[in-house]
Amino acid sequence: QKMAKEGLLLLDMWASPFCMRVKIALAEKGVAYEQQEEDLFGGKSELLLTSNPIYQKVPVLLHDGKPVCESTNIVSYINETWPSPPLLPPCAYGKAQARFWADFIDKKVFEAGGKIWMSSGDELEVAKKDFIEILKQVEGALGEKDYFGGESFGFVDILLIGLTSWFDAFEKFGGFKVEDYTPKLSAWIKKCMERESVAKTIVEPEKIYQCVVMLRKMNGIE
Amino acid sequence: MADEVILLDTLPSSFGMRVRIALAEKGIRYEYRDEQLLQEKSPLLLQMNPVHKMIPVLIHNGKPICESLVILQYIDEVWNDKPPFLPSDPYQRSKARFWADFIDKKVYDSGKRVLMNKGEVMEQGKKDMIECLKLLEGELGDQLYFGGTTLGFLDIALVPYCVWFHSYETCGDFSIEAECPKLMAWGQRCMGIENVAKSLYDKHKVYEYALQLRERFGVK
Repeated sequence: QKMAKEGLLLLDMWASPFCMRVKIALAEKGVAYEQQEEDLFGGKSELLLTSNPIYQKVPVLLHDGKPVCESTNIVSYINETWPSPPLLPPCAYGKAQARFWADFIDKKVFEAGGKIWMSSGDELEVAKKDFIEILKQVEGALGEKDYFGGESFGFVDILLIGLTSWFDAFEKFGGFKVEDYTPKLSAWIKKCMERESVAKTIVEPEKIYQCVVMLRKMNGIE
Repeated sequence: MADEVILLDTLPSSFGMRVRIALAEKGIRYEYRDEQLLQEKSPLLLQMNPVHKMIPVLIHNGKPICESLVILQYIDEVWNDKPPFLPSDPYQRSKARFWADFIDKKVYDSGKRVLMNKGEVMEQGKKDMIECLKLLEGELGDQLYFGGTTLGFLDIALVPYCVWFHSYETCGDFSIEAECPKLMAWGQRCMGIENVAKSLYDKHKVYEYALQLRERFGVK
C-alpha cells in the first residue's frame, strides 16, 4: 500500500470509466502521478476508505495527501490547479453549458447503459430505447462542432469519452450499434480516440466486455 | 446596455430559493416569473429548458442557464465585482462542490422518500436524512458558515432545506432539531441574513405545497 504524501496519487480501478476520465485529464495537462489499483471486490484499501468515507469509491485523487473525490469534481480540480491547456471555454456562458451537459451525462448515460446489461426480455428493450434516446440528446449537444466545447477537446469530451469504453459491452448485450442511431457521436468517438491521452487510457472494449460478463455472473443475471 | 435577467421559478422550490439568494447577494435586479408546477408548464420554460423542463432557469440577456448549482456558479463568475460564493483555492472549491453534490444526491433523495412514502421506506428515509445532515454538521465544524466567516456556495445550496425541514418533520413525525442542533443553529444564523430571509419561502406555505404534492401523487 502506497502512502504518497507528496505529489499525486490516484486510487484507481482498471475498468472504471470514471477513473479513465481522471487519467485522460491528467494526461492532457501533462501532469505526472502515481497509481494504486484498488481491488473493489476483494477488499478496498484503508487509504480508500479513509480518503472517501462517504462513498468509498474510486477514483480518488490525493494531492499532497489531500483527497478529491467524485470524478467530475476531480476533473474540475485538475483543470483549476493546472490551468494550461484550459478544459473549459473562457466565457461564463460556455462554462455553464459545459457544466450542464456534464451533469446530464453523469445523471443519465452510465446508469442507462447499466440497465441494458443488467436486464433481459422486455426490460432490455426498454433499457435499450432509453439509452439510445439519451445518446441522441447528447449528440444534439455536440451538434456540428468538432468537440463539445467547440474547436478544442475539453471538459465534456473527457467526461463522456471515458464512458464510451463501456459502449461495446452495452451494444453486445443490447444487440444494437450506437453508430446506427447516433452516427455523429460515433464519429466524435473515433476522433477522440486519435488523441494520445485518450488512446493510451481507454481500455480495450473486449476487456471491458469480459468484466461485464463477470459482473453479470456475480449479480446472478442469466 | 442594461442586463436583462429573468428567473423562471416556483416559490416552494428549494432549488429556486438557491438562485434567489444568489441573485440577492449579488444585488442583481431581475424579473421573477412564476411557474405553477402542479399545472401546465409555460411555453417559455419548455423552450428554455427543453432537456429537463424544470425550474429554476435563469435567462440572462435571452440565454438560458439551467440546473441550480450551474446557475450559482454562473452568477458567481459573471457578477464577480461582488464577493464570491466559491473560495479561490482549488482544493476548497472541490470540497464545496463535493458537498453541494452530496446534498443533491442524498439529502434531496431522503427528503423525497420521507414525504412521498409511508412505512418502511419512510422510516429508512428519515434515518438516511439524519445521517446525511450529521455528516454536513461534521463538515461545518465550528465555523459560522460552510463558507467560513461569510455565506458561501455550500451555505446557499443547503439553506433552502431549512424551510423544508418542518414538512419532513411533520409528515415523518420526527425532530431534525433534536438530532442536528448545530445545523439548526447554522440555519438560524443564515436566516438572520436579510438576503436569505427574503428569498426563502415561508415554511408553513412550503408544508401546504408538500401536502398538495402528496395528494397529487397518491400518498395516503
